[in-house]
Amino acid sequence: MWFKRSQPGIKPQIKKSVSDGIWIKCDQCNEIVYCKQLEEYAWICTQCNFHFRIDSHKYIQLFLDENSFQEMDAHLKSIDLLKFKDKKSYSDRLKEAKRKTGLTDAIRTGRATISGIPVVFCVMDFSFIGGSMGSVVGEKIARAVDVAGNQKLPLIIVSASGGARMMESILSLMQMAKTASRLAWFSENGGLFISILTNPTMAGVMASYAMLGDIHLAEPGALIGFAGPRVIKQTIGEELPEGFQRAKFQLDHGFVDAVVSRIDMREILIKILTFF
Amino acid sequence: MNVLEFESHLHEMEENIEKFRIMSEKDNIDLNKQILDLEKRLKTEKEAVYSKLTPWQTVQIARHAQRPVLEDYINLIFTDFIELHGDRRFSDDRALIGGFATLGDQKLMLIGHNRGNNVTENIERNFGMALPDGYRKALRLMELAERFGLPIVTFIDTPGAYPGIHAEERGQAEAIARNLCEMAKLKVPIVCIVTGEGGSGGALGIGVGNVILMLKHSIYSVISPEGCASILWRDGAFAEQAAESMKITAQSLKKLGVVDEIVSEPLGGAHTNPVATAKSVRSAILKHLRKLNAMKADGLIENRFEKYAHLGVFTS
Ligand SMILES: [Zn+2]
Repeated sequence: MWFKRSQPGIKPQIKKSVSDGIWIKCDQCNEIVYCKQLEEYAWICTQCNFHFRIDSHKYIQLFLDENSFQEMDAHLKSIDLLKFKDKKSYSDRLKEAKRKTGLTDAIRTGRATISGIPVVFCVMDFSFIGGSMGSVVGEKIARAVDVAGNQKLPLIIVSASGGARMMESILSLMQMAKTASRLAWFSENGGLFISILTNPTMAGVMASYAMLGDIHLAEPGALIGFAGPRVIKQTIGEELPEGFQRAKFQLDHGFVDAVVSRIDMREILIKILTFF
Repeated sequence: MNVLEFESHLHEMEENIEKFRIMSEKDNIDLNKQILDLEKRLKTEKEAVYSKLTPWQTVQIARHAQRPVLEDYINLIFTDFIELHGDRRFSDDRALIGGFATLGDQKLMLIGHNRGNNVTENIERNFGMALPDGYRKALRLMELAERFGLPIVTFIDTPGAYPGIHAEERGQAEAIARNLCEMAKLKVPIVCIVTGEGGSGGALGIGVGNVILMLKHSIYSVISPEGCASILWRDGAFAEQAAESMKITAQSLKKLGVVDEIVSEPLGGAHTNPVATAKSVRSAILKHLRKLNAMKADGLIENRFEKYAHLGVFTS
């Protein structure tokens, strides 16, 4: 299942302000932050360290060598095989998501270099139907893993997802098994996989490729877990502890290697990549 | 016996037949002809209902309180079940169990969600909603099976992996992800059967196999119909529509290529005749194990890999 945004309305507000290009109110500390300043500081609030949600373009700019990203499989497109309909049809949701984001699906994959080191780089877009994993996300990851495995390149996946895409029903669940089995092969063949967990990385994505890295790096404050906090609260009937399922919680419980500020991520990646 | 709403008229007919029987015995009247007639009508009506079950009706059958659970299958078709406890890490999860077992003359590793037959059992077993400890125990047993060349059979019947604080603290997601990855690599045959409810990652966590079977009236989905409804319709009451949209029945899943074979159930559902159901389950598992036993380790791994590589639809 993909994660339901608990505070609807926040994101559109940011987006609007960003496109205005002047200032944004920080979600966490409510300070007014200037966009130009934010952009220079990897979209992190200089007052409180809040990591604003950014899209795949920005991650590509921040982590990879300039103009090094060569996208693969951009032509893969989701189809509404099941003719899924809730309040809207899946076909309409796809159209809307494409129009709104200018993307073809919730992940972009490609070859790139980081400080001259060639890698296979995958990055998810939460704005595309909650970063949900359907057949296209699963297939693009599978193919990216194949490229990395065959060419002996390190694999980096930046996750941002509420989980599996319900509108593809069981086929989205099967992408968990598909990506996990590819990574099993990759790992057996000596591949290095760095999984970067951003806000949020939940459910089906978390319970498959996101948790199968050799190294797990999380952005500060990111919500990372299996079941959504709302579901857990409902099940146990009590309030959840402060910081539950956040990056630091995952560090404390041994599921991530490090919590890394977005501004430092590229340097850490270079350190790891040059170690091998 | 719990009577499902859509079966209430069938239940009335059954009660009438029973009344006639009692009457004929008590008053010594020959009502055989009438009874036979009623029974025939009941059967026709039942066949009509069961031949066009809606997905939501199937959900109700799959969750029927008297539907056979793992323990019933263990008693009915397996011999020499030796339960093996604990994940060697933290605890022994009662919601997911496993051990050595024999089916016919086939020795194997049996692993499955452990739903109870009553409320007390279900509370003890957490309604078959496993903790990370359960998935880690399952993996330990699967690796044990691999070392001794035993095929693995998993029984899937869970609303989902348990959503709770301890489950998150101990890495529910990591435990499931690890199982998906490791199951892909196992050198022994794996047959999985969905017997009741195949709930999301909690089902898949023991559900990566060479052959996936489903009982005719079981369900398998990415999220429960209620969960899907509460997210997409913002109201859990739309579960019936969600069940419809999600294509969660064995018939739909067979068409999508997720399920390899549908195992028949007696007319009226597995709960009306657990013995006959268990018999069908037994022969389906044995049939597939015989084929898989003939394959070498590489072939089994390749077969599993290819199966999942081909699941998914998109245009390019
Ligand atoms: Zn701030």
